[in-house]
Amino acid sequence: MLEIKNISRKYEGFALQNISFSVEKGEYVVLLGESGAGKSLILEMMAGLILPDQGEIYYEDKAITNEKIQKRNMGMVFQDNTVFPHLKVKNNIAFPLKNQKLSPQENQQAILDYAQKAQVDKLLERWPETLSGGELKRVAIARTLASKPHCLLLDEPLSSLDVQLRDDMRSLLRQLNEEGMTMIHVTHDFEEAISLADKIGIVHQGELVQFGSPKEIFHKPKSKFIAKFSGIKNFYKSIVIDPKTILLENKVELKMPHGLSEGQGFAMFKSEDVILSSSRIDSSIINNFEAQVLEVIPSPRGMEVNVDIGIIVSTLISQESYERFQIKKHGKIWIGIKATAIHFIEKE
Amino acid sequence: MRTNFNILNLILISLGGLALMFIIAPLLGMFLNTTPTEIFETTQDKEVQQSIWLTLSVSFASTLVFAIAAIPLSYLLARREFFAKKLVLGIIDLPIVIPHSAAGIAILGFISRDSVIGQVAESFGITLVGNPIGIAVAMAFVSIPYLITAARDGFLAVPIRLEKAALNLGASPARVFFSVSLPLASRNILSGMILMFARGMSEFGAVVIVAYHPMITPVLIYERFGAFGLTYARPVSVVFIIVCLVFFAALRMLSRERPKR
Repeated sequence: MLEIKNISRKYEGFALQNISFSVEKGEYVVLLGESGAGKSLILEMMAGLILPDQGEIYYEDKAITNEKIQKRNMGMVFQDNTVFPHLKVKNNIAFPLKNQKLSPQENQQAILDYAQKAQVDKLLERWPETLSGGELKRVAIARTLASKPHCLLLDEPLSSLDVQLRDDMRSLLRQLNEEGMTMIHVTHDFEEAISLADKIGIVHQGELVQFGSPKEIFHKPKSKFIAKFSGIKNFYKSIVIDPKTILLENKVELKMPHGLSEGQGFAMFKSEDVILSSSRIDSSIINNFEAQVLEVIPSPRGMEVNVDIGIIVSTLISQESYERFQIKKHGKIWIGIKATAIHFIEKE
Repeated sequence: MRTNFNILNLILISLGGLALMFIIAPLLGMFLNTTPTEIFETTQDKEVQQSIWLTLSVSFASTLVFAIAAIPLSYLLARREFFAKKLVLGIIDLPIVIPHSAAGIAILGFISRDSVIGQVAESFGITLVGNPIGIAVAMAFVSIPYLITAARDGFLAVPIRLEKAALNLGASPARVFFSVSLPLASRNILSGMILMFARGMSEFGAVVIVAYHPMITPVLIYERFGAFGLTYARPVSVVFIIVCLVFFAALRMLSRERPKR
């Protein structure tokens, strides 16, 4: 339905290179990347606010690359909302309705319908300067919906909202998507992406480094950056040295449960799959190492303990375990990594 | 430290007070030297009444008419980059820096019977020199920079993203200008129009060359001074200053009044 083909653009000392991906009707696509990666620029090019230096954008097989902003019908919800400060909420929503040549009654009804959809029907008589950040975002969404766009382009829609508002906004976005709206959403928050996306595109330093379902991205990240971004901190360049052994960063050998063919790739495992103990574990775990504690970082899920076994391994344990093992910086501890928890991704 | 600060304050207040007195003293002196009877009699003077009405109405009309071209120019200067933009900005400030009598000479050449514009006007039976239209042109020439600069600042303060958002919602560029940019810059534009109006009605140098008659109040004051001396010029000045101040204050208040939220 919407196809981005080899888009490149130089912009204020930054370059987007060869961005290609496609979005099906009704799909929820999230472009994920750090600040300054170029995600918003992609969105702005889709909306026509900036034109690409190279490449094409197609909507239903028709090239819209150089189409005027007002003719594209790509509904952009800007990060800073851009609600018109000189118009009341109802007039903001009515702004795009002018093009639809409705009768006064139909116009009133349409304002109410879109306001209800975005849950701002109680705010119609208010001035934008009296609204909170979450309310402004909803007004911006209602107004964009009123333009009957082909798809919604959302630039960091949940940033600057507190936790409760964020959950409410997430359900609104999900609901709009369930009603059939195609969504392209830009964020730097991995959890936000996972919770909403049918497909995720990872944008890093101006390139789209991976595009696929959340499952693909999560289980087969193509680079250390993606793995780290998805919350997996243990990600190492590896070589298969025999069918059941891999060598990580040319330093540490790990046993694997099944036969591997020769080659190179990446090994990764989650912090919570590393087991800590005060002495060597006599168990089914075959990858055991004595490690030196480098640092302990409290996190919402427990205590993150980074240890050195020749390579740095991140582990995650509960507060109780942390106290029980009396873990101290520079102290010694044993770690075990279950072979079945290690994913090896062959380099393509 | 505290002592230093107080001494500094004392110096600042003294010098500031002197500057303020420099503005107030001559005006106050003029007011104090004019009796209420003189002021009353002057307000009854038909010639004074007509000249004040002419000054206000011509300056007002000149502001409105020239704003039609000045506002789009301000928008272009705020939003577009073009060749020799800096030169254009310099040209706009020219009327402020050149002597206004010289400006009057320039305008006279521009609208006299020998000029193209003068001849076109003549073909409609209008002689621009010595006509309120000529006065309006002279007033606009010296005062239009105030409007252009204020309106340009107003447009610059409108976030471009709001205009882009309006386009994204399907509005044509013309609709974006009239329904987003113009209303959001309106306070600055209005403020610029008030300044232009005020500057226009106080103009003497350029107007006196283009049109001695019909007489606007600054020319009338000059004429009374030349013919009868200070005593006769003073009451007209006082009355005109009062009228100017009342208008200026009223317009300022109107432009500052914010819509209820």
